[in-house]
Amino acid sequence: MESRVLFLLLINVLVVMSVTGCARFRGAQDGEPVVEAGQVPVIEPELERRDIQIAAIDTEDFELGLYAGLMSIEDFGVNSVAGARFAYHITEKYFVELAAGASEGEETSFERLSGAAQLLTDDERSLSYYNLSLGYNIFPGEVYLGSDRAFNSTIYLIGGVGKTNFAGDDRFTLNFGMGVRLIPRDWFAIHADIRDNIYDIDLLGQEKTTHNLEAHLGVTFFF
Amino acid sequence: MSRPLLAILIIFCALASVARAQDEAQQVVVEDPFIEMRTGPAQAYPVFYVVDRGEFIEVLSRRTDWFKVRAPRGQEGWVNSLQLQETLQLSGAPVEVPGFTLEDHAVRRWEVGALYGDFDGANIVSVYGAFSFTENLSGEIWYSDILGTFSNSQMAGFNIVHLLFPEWRVSPYFTLGGGIINTEPKGTIVGTADRTDNLAHVGIGVRTYLTRRFVFRAEYKTYVVFTSRDDNEEPTEWKAGFSFFF
Repeated sequence: MESRVLFLLLINVLVVMSVTGCARFRGAQDGEPVVEAGQVPVIEPELERRDIQIAAIDTEDFELGLYAGLMSIEDFGVNSVAGARFAYHITEKYFVELAAGASEGEETSFERLSGAAQLLTDDERSLSYYNLSLGYNIFPGEVYLGSDRAFNSTIYLIGGVGKTNFAGDDRFTLNFGMGVRLIPRDWFAIHADIRDNIYDIDLLGQEKTTHNLEAHLGVTFFF
Repeated sequence: MSRPLLAILIIFCALASVARAQDEAQQVVVEDPFIEMRTGPAQAYPVFYVVDRGEFIEVLSRRTDWFKVRAPRGQEGWVNSLQLQETLQLSGAPVEVPGFTLEDHAVRRWEVGALYGDFDGANIVSVYGAFSFTENLSGEIWYSDILGTFSNSQMAGFNIVHLLFPEWRVSPYFTLGGGIINTEPKGTIVGTADRTDNLAHVGIGVRTYLTRRFVFRAEYKTYVVFTSRDDNEEPTEWKAGFSFFF
């Protein structure tokens, strides 16, 4: 009888040890400090002091996006235009932009009225351009939507040089205009632009300077 | 919207979301009496929040000279690099914001740029990429569109540039190179065919370090185009433009 009580007690002790004591013993083996009674525990702060590395901080000076809108090709009607743009922000004021787009000229009024006479082949009616421009954020500010929402925005002036391929030839092209950049998120912007693309064309026998106005909306992403 | 455009848009969105995935935030302690947070990355945007001395701010990202930071109570705004320099690292050392200076310009490796000018009476638009072998010596690869009244040309080439005083803000340079030029007469002019010729050129120029990664340069070059006709052509070129280094 007595040995049975002793046996049960031993089992009991083993179970309790396996649940608590062994775990503690294992912890001690892993290097966790075992606080002895009467000792003041030394608290080691777990804060890791990492020095900041400014160079490792994500810089978001580039902007890449697409746009679509309308382009008025002088003498050849107003047509849809689509393109892509890539910008690099040099300072908070200045940025450089490379843009490329494509549109298509309609028939001139003369061609429509005369019926048969065609000034250009279908291939020659397609217009493509690229330009390299310098932009200046002239009016940075905020746009308010309702009473509790504000977006950053900037009105910018932009101008540059480039090339337009239209009516079978490459034409040196100046462009200038202005745009609005709405920035709902710091990584995402909506653009609305108006540009004048100026080039000389001698299609009708006499060289003349044409103004080809373009208005487009676009989205860009900063990275 | 056409399918390729849509595909490009989706790729852009994916890229943007990847770009937004941020690393572990980096923290600094405000050391000035206070630090001003603006709503946008420019001096013109209003200050909407102020973080006091002794508080921690997390630095999230950078645009030009502005840093996006998060205040202890979660507000996010933009702080100028000059103000960020007045904060302390967790170890107590001051934060150093590596800017781009004239010294960085002297030891630059890569550079890209675009110039515009006059090529023997025609407009020229050029883009180039450069690699610096030493502070003085670099190699450049060029592509130019030459757009004239009677003909258009494309020119590609390479050249070696010797910068005389790389440590000066404004420094003259010499350049020497070669390439090819392809000339297409305009559609309205009859009787001449496209032609491709080799060319060589020498030039002098000046480059000025402006700010951050930004350089202004202007140059004059004289070319010899080795034509298949009796006489070689000797056009001259003036152009100016901007480049940035990294």
